[in-house]
Amino acid sequence: MFTQWLKRDNNQRFAISLGSVATMFGAWVFVTETGLANPLFLPGPKAIYLAFIDCLFEGYQGSTLVEHVGTSLYRILAAFLLACLVGIPLGIAMGMSKTAHAIFNPFIEFYRPLPPLGLYTLLVMWLGIGESSKLALLFLAGLPGIIIATVQAVKDINPTFVLATKSLGASRMELIREVYLPGAGPTILTGMRISLGFVYTVLVAAEIVAATAGIGWMIWDAAKFLLSDIVIMGLIILGLTGIALDMIMRFIGYALMPWTRATRKFSKT
Amino acid sequence: MQNVAQVMDFNSIEEQPALKKRGRIQIDNVSLVFGTGKQANIAVQETSLDIEPGEFVCILGPSGCGKSTLLNSVAGYVTPTTGEVLVDGEPVVEPGPDRGMVFQQYSLLPWKTTFDNIALGPSLCGDVEATRTAEYFLDMVGLTKYRNHYPAELSGGMQQRVGIARALATNPSVLLMDEPFGALDAQTRLVMQESLLEVWSEFGTTVLFVTHDVDESVFLADRIIVMSASPGKVVAEFDNPLPRPRSPDMSTRKDYIEIKQKCLEVIRSESLRAFELQNA
Ligand SMILES: Nc1ncnc2c1ncn2[C@@H]1O[C@H](COP(=O)(O)OP(=O)(O)O)[C@@H](O)[C@H]1O
Ligand SMILES: [Mg+2]
Repeated sequence: MFTQWLKRDNNQRFAISLGSVATMFGAWVFVTETGLANPLFLPGPKAIYLAFIDCLFEGYQGSTLVEHVGTSLYRILAAFLLACLVGIPLGIAMGMSKTAHAIFNPFIEFYRPLPPLGLYTLLVMWLGIGESSKLALLFLAGLPGIIIATVQAVKDINPTFVLATKSLGASRMELIREVYLPGAGPTILTGMRISLGFVYTVLVAAEIVAATAGIGWMIWDAAKFLLSDIVIMGLIILGLTGIALDMIMRFIGYALMPWTRATRKFSKT
Repeated sequence: MQNVAQVMDFNSIEEQPALKKRGRIQIDNVSLVFGTGKQANIAVQETSLDIEPGEFVCILGPSGCGKSTLLNSVAGYVTPTTGEVLVDGEPVVEPGPDRGMVFQQYSLLPWKTTFDNIALGPSLCGDVEATRTAEYFLDMVGLTKYRNHYPAELSGGMQQRVGIARALATNPSVLLMDEPFGALDAQTRLVMQESLLEVWSEFGTTVLFVTHDVDESVFLADRIIVMSASPGKVVAEFDNPLPRPRSPDMSTRKDYIEIKQKCLEVIRSESLRAFELQNA
């Protein structure tokens, strides 16, 4: 099934993407090799590669690269899963009930635009400088996107599906299981993908206080010493893990929601 | 809820199944008003209807005359502003599996296959033989080959067949149908009407069928209730003398033409009245 999923992507579009990435890489090599760019700010691919190897085997500030990446991925995934576990049921409740929406929406709308660092200051005061404030910040960053997508998805469900299923004898819980959850599934998945991005955007903010490991902390720490090769290497790794996690989510969606692959075999009538 | 599998004789699927629940529908002085004050819209005004067990009744009328609203009050989707609906003597308060509903279109759950859509009702009703029940109805509507297809992969006619099978699979005492063939092309519609009568002749369930198509109502119904708009109410009622079994070539018979004429006359005079009302 996995290979099937990979193949579904248009080969031509994939070639175009590959081409644009290769061009960008080429431009990078060109400006760094010809000395057009100051290596202090933009080191070449080779310097990045060496920093990578160095961090991989020697580590950075007491932790190996694998530890840095592992620590951050653990924080991201734990907070993100928690955001899904809270956000999806809450979003379904808010989509189904105007009262539930009225109760929870003000808080979500209020904290959503707050700058992560400002929020983090308060979380540290409440939860201390340890792991829990970091997880809480990442969790709060991921939550609204999931809720908003789920609420919208539930509201967009064709009301006939609900009536038809009620007529088949479904209770409220059975309606959630048979109609709301699967009906909202594809949009929830999109919300999750966007939310994971939000979790990533606050990673550095979450790791700048009292961390000794984590890829966000590594980037932050390296920047203080103008180690731009390590900063860029960290960003590339962060970006690649993001792409990988997004691919995993899309694949899970593809596997869990086979009907989204159904294609029309007859004319409409 | 009676268990479908227990009453059905699966060893002789080709024979007539024993399943036969025939409900009585009593619509007692029902009015349905949407909105309040100046925006108040009387969708159905003080309508009373009595539908006998096993009867096939068509509600015929132009679009917007309150046919769906009246049917929805039997289904339990809307609550009458005044009056009440009784099915087998029980007041209708909410939707339930004793009243099967077939919608015009797009009502199958897109995330369930043909088979799972049909099996959903029986399993929600606690039918221990849900799989066999679904199997039976799948076979009845002739879609065994399409059991693992999703609704998006079926033609409009097939989707409506699944809709009918799904509604019957909970062993309802009445079958409610809201212009179920209205979105189909003319040829498919004729085939579907015939299949519906075939199924109905086996099950004999009470049917309340909404349509705006005079020919459809004459071909299907024992009794035709004509409604008119603003406000929505019953304006005429005809017993259909056309004998059963019905076949498409009956449309040239004298009694067919006569009853069709009667229906058309009422609809025409009501349309004229509505037209004059609008231009008054
Ligand atoms: N949910 C609703 N809210 C407000 N008005 C409605 C609603 N449903 C139907 N109506 C109004 O009631 C009238 C009858 O509608 P309907 O029962 O759908 O007619 P029909 O099925 O005969 O076409 C129409 O004027 C329609 O606008
Ligand atoms: Mg209607």
